[in-house]
Amino acid sequence: MNKTINQKAWFFVIPVFVLVAFNAIIPLMTVVNYAFQETFGNNVFMWEGTRWFKQIMLSERFHASLGRQFLFTFIILFIQIPLGIAIALTMPKEGIGVPICLVLMSMPLLIPWNVVGAMWNIFALPDIGFLGHSLNALGFDYNFTQQIGDAWFTTILMDVWHWTSLVVLLSYAGLQSIQPAYYQAAEIDGASRWAVFTKIELPKMKKVLTIAILLRFMDSFMIYTEPFVLTGGGPGNATAFLSIDLVKMALGQFDLGPAAAMSLIYFFIVLLVCWVFYTLMMRNEGNQ
Amino acid sequence: MKKAKWVVPTIYIIFLMLPIYWLLNMSFKTTTEIINTYTLWPQEFTLENYKTIFTDSTWYTGYLNSIYYVVMNTVISVAAALPAAYAFSRYKFLGDKHLFFWLLTNRMAPPAVFALPFFQFYSSVNLFDTHVAVALSHCLFNIPLAVWILEGFMSAVPKELDETAYVDGYSFWRFFFKIFIPTITAGIGITMFFCFMFSWVELLLAKTLTAVAAKPIAATMTRTASTSGYELGLLAAAGSLTIIPGAIVIYFVRNYIAKGFALGRV
Repeated sequence: MNKTINQKAWFFVIPVFVLVAFNAIIPLMTVVNYAFQETFGNNVFMWEGTRWFKQIMLSERFHASLGRQFLFTFIILFIQIPLGIAIALTMPKEGIGVPICLVLMSMPLLIPWNVVGAMWNIFALPDIGFLGHSLNALGFDYNFTQQIGDAWFTTILMDVWHWTSLVVLLSYAGLQSIQPAYYQAAEIDGASRWAVFTKIELPKMKKVLTIAILLRFMDSFMIYTEPFVLTGGGPGNATAFLSIDLVKMALGQFDLGPAAAMSLIYFFIVLLVCWVFYTLMMRNEGNQ
Repeated sequence: MKKAKWVVPTIYIIFLMLPIYWLLNMSFKTTTEIINTYTLWPQEFTLENYKTIFTDSTWYTGYLNSIYYVVMNTVISVAAALPAAYAFSRYKFLGDKHLFFWLLTNRMAPPAVFALPFFQFYSSVNLFDTHVAVALSHCLFNIPLAVWILEGFMSAVPKELDETAYVDGYSFWRFFFKIFIPTITAGIGITMFFCFMFSWVELLLAKTLTAVAAKPIAATMTRTASTSGYELGLLAAAGSLTIIPGAIVIYFVRNYIAKGFALGRV
C-alpha cells in the first residue's frame, strides 16, 4: 500500500509511545545505572566503569548458563518446528474436526506458566505422577529431581507440550492460505507428495514459519517460570537457564552490579538475533 | 491414506490432554489417597479441594485480582494500540520504521531483566501492590504485540474505504468509530485474545509487583506449594481452575484464530 507522508500521525502514536517508554526506558535506565556502579544501599553509588561487564564476560557461571540456554533453545526449535509442521499437514482442512483440533490444541497456550510447571511436576513425579510412574514401571530409572538427564528430558518434553501448538497454528494458517488450484495443478503434473511439500507448501509457509521461529527463539530464550517451578534450576545448576540464573543473582544474592551487567548482555544477545531475523524477514517481504 | 491422517493429530491431542487429565485427577482426590496410592482415577471422589478454594478468601480473591488486572491491561493495550496501528498502516512519518522496531524490541526483553527495576520504580511512584501497576507493566509486551497484530489487519483494509468516507463528508473520528472499527472487529477480537492470553499466563512481573492486595492466583499457588507443606490436591484444584478462563476465551474466538494467524502476524 502506498502511504501518505503525514507527520501529524505522531499524535496517534503518542499514547503507545508514552505507555511503553514509561515501562521500558525508566527501568532500563535503572539497570544501566546499576551496571556501571557499586552501591551499598542508601543511594550511595560509586563509579565502576566496565568492571561488572568484564567480570560477567569472564565468569564461568555465565558461560555455563549461556551454554545451557543455547543448547535448550536449539533442541526445542529442532523438535517443535518439524513436529508442528507435520501436525499441521495432517490436520483436517474442513468440517467439525477443525474447531475441535484448534480449541484442544490451543489449551496449553492459555495455562498460566507456573501452573504448567506445577502440572508437569505432578505429572512427572516418580512415585505418583503418570509419566514418572509409567517410565519406572517400564524399567527406566527415572527421577527428574535427582538425575540431570531426566531433568533435561522432562523440561524439554514440557516445553514441547506447551509450545508446539503455536507452531501448529501458524503453519496451519499458512497452509489454509494456499489456493486449491495449486494442488490441482500438482495432481495433473503427477507431482509426488514430497514435491508438493517442498515446491508448494513450504514456500507458502515461509513467512509464518519465520515468525514461528522468531517467537519460539525469543520466548524459549527468556524462559523462566516453567523450569523454575518444575526443577528449580536443579539438580544442582543443571537446568538453570539464563533467566533463572539472573533472578538468583539479582534477587537471591542481591549482587546488583553484576546482575545488571548480565541483564544488559542478555538483552543484547536476544536483540541481536532478533534483529538479524527481522531484517531477513523484511527483505523477503520486499522481494515478493 | 485418508483415514490414517487422523492418527497424528489424535496422538498429539492425547499427549496434550494427559497432563491436564492428571491435574484434574489429582484435584478430585483426598490427600491420603494422593500420598499413599497410585491410582489412574479418584477412588474416593471428593470436592473438598474446590470447596476450600471457593470459601477461603485468600484463594478466591487471587482469581478476582488476576481477572481484574488482565481485563484492565487488555482494555488499555487495545485502546492505545488502535490509533497507533492506524498511523503505522496508513501514514509515513519521521522515524516510523525505527519506532516500530523499537516497540518490537520490548516484546523481546526478558521479563527477568525488568523485574527488579520495575519493583523499585513502581514502589517509588506509590503504585506497588495495586492492580494498575500489574496492568501497566504488562503493557510492556502487550502493546507492541497489539500494534503488530492490528497493523496487519488494518493494512488489509483498502485505503479507498477511508477516502470514500471523507468524500461523503465524514469527519475523521466519526469515520474511525462508525466505519473503520466495525470492519476490523475480527482483528480486534484476535488482539484482545492475545493480550488476554499473555497477561493471564505471565507470573514473574505480576508476582514481583504485588504483595497482598493485588496478588494474582498464580502467585498464591507458589506460596502454597512452598510454605504449607505439600498440599497437592489443593494445588491441583487451583491449577485446574486457572484453565477455565482460557478455555472460555478460546471457545469464543475459535473461528478467528486461524484467520488471525493467516495474516501472518503474531
